[in-house]
Amino acid sequence: MGNKQTIFTDEQLDAYQDCTFFTRKEILRLHGRYYEMAPNVVPMDYTRDPDVKLPMQLIINMPELKENPFRERIVESFSEDGEGSLSFNDFVDMFSVLSEMAPRELKAIYAFKIYDLEKTLNKLTREELTAEEITLVCEKVIEEADMDGDGKLGFADFENMISKAPDFLSTFHIRI
Amino acid sequence: MGKKKKCALQVIMEDAGIEIDGQVESDTESEEDEVKDKAPKKQPLRETGRASRLEKEKQEKDKEEDKSKEEDSCSQQNRTSRRKNCQNKNGDGKKAGEEGSRQRGKKAPTKDQRESENKERKTNKKEKEGENKQKKDRKNSTSSASSDSSGEESLSEEELAMLMEQVEQKKKLISTMRSKPWRMVKKLSVLREAQAFVEKFEGALGKGKGKKLYAYKMIMAKKWVKFKRDFDNFKTQCIPWEMKIKEVESHFGSSVASYFIFLRWMYGVNLVLFGLIFGLVIIPEVLMGMPYGSMPRKTVPRAEQATAMDFSVLWDFEGYIKYSALFYGYYNNQRTIGWLKYRLPMAYFMVGISVFGYSLMVVIRSMARNANQSTADGDDDNFIFSWKMFTSWDYLIGNPETADNKFASITTSFKESIVDEQESNKDENIHLRRFLRVLANVLIICCLCGSGYLIYFVVKRSQTFSKMQNVGWYERNEVEIVMSLLGMFCPPLFETIAALENYHPRIGLKWQLGRIFALFLGNLYTFLLALMDDVNEKLAEEDAVKNITHWMLLGHHNSSAGNSSTATPPPLDPADVPRGPCWETTVGIEFVRLTVSDILVTYITILVGDFIRACFVRFVNYCWCWDLEAGFPSYAEFDISGNVLGLVFNQGMIWMGSFYAPGLVGINVLRLLTSMYFQCWAVMSSNVPHERVFKASKSNNFYMGLLLLILFLSLLPVAYTIMSLPPSFDCGPFSGKKRMYDVIQETIELDFPAFVAKIFSYVANPGLIIPAILLMVLAIYYLNAVSEAYQRANAELKKKMQMQREEEKNKRNKAATPNPMLQDLEDILTPNTKSESQPKQAEDKKTESPTRISPAGKQGNTTALDRSPVTGGRGAAYTLPPHVFTTQPPPMGVWAPYPGQPRPRGHPLGPFPGRGRGRPRYSHAAR
Repeated sequence: MGNKQTIFTDEQLDAYQDCTFFTRKEILRLHGRYYEMAPNVVPMDYTRDPDVKLPMQLIINMPELKENPFRERIVESFSEDGEGSLSFNDFVDMFSVLSEMAPRELKAIYAFKIYDLEKTLNKLTREELTAEEITLVCEKVIEEADMDGDGKLGFADFENMISKAPDFLSTFHIRI
Repeated sequence: MGKKKKCALQVIMEDAGIEIDGQVESDTESEEDEVKDKAPKKQPLRETGRASRLEKEKQEKDKEEDKSKEEDSCSQQNRTSRRKNCQNKNGDGKKAGEEGSRQRGKKAPTKDQRESENKERKTNKKEKEGENKQKKDRKNSTSSASSDSSGEESLSEEELAMLMEQVEQKKKLISTMRSKPWRMVKKLSVLREAQAFVEKFEGALGKGKGKKLYAYKMIMAKKWVKFKRDFDNFKTQCIPWEMKIKEVESHFGSSVASYFIFLRWMYGVNLVLFGLIFGLVIIPEVLMGMPYGSMPRKTVPRAEQATAMDFSVLWDFEGYIKYSALFYGYYNNQRTIGWLKYRLPMAYFMVGISVFGYSLMVVIRSMARNANQSTADGDDDNFIFSWKMFTSWDYLIGNPETADNKFASITTSFKESIVDEQESNKDENIHLRRFLRVLANVLIICCLCGSGYLIYFVVKRSQTFSKMQNVGWYERNEVEIVMSLLGMFCPPLFETIAALENYHPRIGLKWQLGRIFALFLGNLYTFLLALMDDVNEKLAEEDAVKNITHWMLLGHHNSSAGNSSTATPPPLDPADVPRGPCWETTVGIEFVRLTVSDILVTYITILVGDFIRACFVRFVNYCWCWDLEAGFPSYAEFDISGNVLGLVFNQGMIWMGSFYAPGLVGINVLRLLTSMYFQCWAVMSSNVPHERVFKASKSNNFYMGLLLLILFLSLLPVAYTIMSLPPSFDCGPFSGKKRMYDVIQETIELDFPAFVAKIFSYVANPGLIIPAILLMVLAIYYLNAVSEAYQRANAELKKKMQMQREEEKNKRNKAATPNPMLQDLEDILTPNTKSESQPKQAEDKKTESPTRISPAGKQGNTTALDRSPVTGGRGAAYTLPPHVFTTQPPPMGVWAPYPGQPRPRGHPLGPFPGRGRGRPRYSHAAR
């Protein structure tokens, strides 16, 4: 118990629990992970909201993200400055959205932020497809998912498509 | 437009007495953003304003604080002019904002009020635009009038009601905060603000006469929330093996992990069953029942006593184990036991039923939950490429090797689909394929029949063996061995045969699963049939024994009576009493044996098939003529479907056997516990990730469906034996009764008042039951019809949308710009994130620094935190990555609204506060 007191106050923990899908224990674990990455920068005491950010390089080397082809995009979309450095708040936010409990709608919003068409494809296949193939696939995707027929994949289209995907919930999640 | 925004902000901030320098960045935001986020953004501001005023107004009642925006009149005068400027420039934007805000459920009122407040103050006149605003006005007037006086009792009813409503809104906001797509900083500050609001006004609402109840209710609600949270925390702390599963997940992806999660779930269910059975049956019997050796059913017969403690005998669950509380036969038919007057036979019966009841409930509930999560699975073909692209990567993978496999498999699957797309109809020799498929099915049916017959034969033979003395180990365990071997060798055989059929792997997997399922099921049921023969034989035998026992006891008493020289006749030793075969215990023993041998075979298979093979491949590879790792034996893959099916069938056996062998659930709990660790270890040490990665998603419910089927099938034989076979006369809790369920009638007659018996007899009347069943059937029919109608409507809508899309496409093609789609793509895909985010970051720095050094006191803290979302937080928060395709508003004219729908379906909507989606709506709304 004493350990908990030194990292966060009870109000902070409660606030985090209200704002995320985590329990107290998980928040503390998250802090542990965050602290681990840079023990000399990140303080153990978060009761006064220190302004600490970790650069993207550290974050994407976490074992949870290391193999993910979209790691940079993920971190970028959750970082407050858009450059990939994450404060602890952003860090918690990221794993909250990627947690198992997060609803599909929320996940879809962030997935929409993370993915973009051509790069996604290249990352997924390690650039083993030829240019024609990529074009073909992009065309097919737009043809399939573009419901309003404007030739673009807007959020509504994306959400519609994602909401029917059987795998989305089970794969778009990271256990911390 | 940025200017306007800034202006408005500045005014408000100055109201709040805060100096700002960071709001410049908001200039870069589109107006739409402003409109969208006005409500949540401005709340913090208001909060800060309140904070600064707090000192001044300490004496005043809390209530008015939020509403009373009034300042000293002189400063207001100063500002009015400036505001007016803003207001004029801002006019149209505001209106648009209002329109937008209406569509946004719960935030709308606050914002409306806010706006009206602004307007009203700016123009210094009272307008009556709507109900809300009207109230607002009044509130303002009252509060400003009473700001210096202390009279705040004049809160009228409707104001109270409104306050209450607002409080409710805030509460709702708090509870849904976690699913808002906002930055954490903003979430935190909004949360704090809302909490403070609720806190304050709840207190206010709770004061006075007749409000006690409200205050009390609020306190209880708060306590309840707290309790729930603590309970949840506790619950998650209790979930075991989180890290283990995570490790497996990161190595093998979500599909393999889904097996372990299933295993864990199963363990939980079995723990509950174990608790039920042990807590309500076994422990009372052990504590309060008659001790071992006190009566024939609790004593090892004289003939077996010599060997009853031998390991080989115990291993077969004979000897002492057979006459223990683990099996049905041990229980006494005494109606009540111990000083508690515990009705053991009744408890035994009810627990037997509730085991099934609980399992059914749990399975169906989790199935329903899964079904809720996976929304629509009907249209598989619509989004082949999109799903492949956006959902194929498994975020759980954290192992380089698995990642490589995953990349490869994704690439191949893309290539396959491309090839499929390019030549969708390959012409092959359809006759040959058909012939092969029929052949394969014939072969498999032959296999199934053969295995069924083999089991029947073996069980029959084992009955003759059991009558002989001196039989070897093999003869005694033949049934189990044969069944396990069949379970081991048939699935690979099926797989080999299935190669003939040349199905698509996914369909192939389904066939394979179905066949293995049929095999297991067939085996289980042949086993049951053979067992049933056995039971019938035993029943016949029992009649004979019954007479013998009767006569023998009679003879014993006679002889002792005749020999009157001894005062008391020596009682017949319970071990010497001849007894019936007790078919229930026999059935229980069969199931326990089957389970144990199944456990052993599973473990040995893992050990030999996975571990030893892995060791062999790993170490012999150095001195072998071909590459063992890449070539023939290679490492084993984790067989998800086989393992899950094994688990499901094992559970079926537990369900069937637990009525006759209460200890079986205990064995199963042990089994699941060990297999969790053992399989985790095996999978990590000696398996390789799948090359062809399975889908984990929907199979979850598929497995649950299998489980439900098995549960139902295992319910049948148990129900049959309970309802229609007479229980043994000299063993078990129901001995002496005609049927097992007589125990219920007995309890009702003896333990309940007479009218309960009467009611029960009415309820059990077929005249009532048949209509009830009829009613249920009708309800099912009706619900089915309704769901079909919905499905049809769904399909209709889908078709309509399809048509709409086609039309759209045709129009575009007629416009005949040279492939505009691709051009847009190229435009958008050129990365320009940097250029956008650079200045913003600078601003962030600028604005962040003052907030950080603010004093650590409570007031200062809130101020700092509340400000940050507005200034720092907004910088990058709502810039969409520019690669996304919405950055350009689509041409307005193209939308053809659907009939009955005010806005086009494909129009960006939802809570996403992106600039890209925001802009079109604004322009649309402004029209």
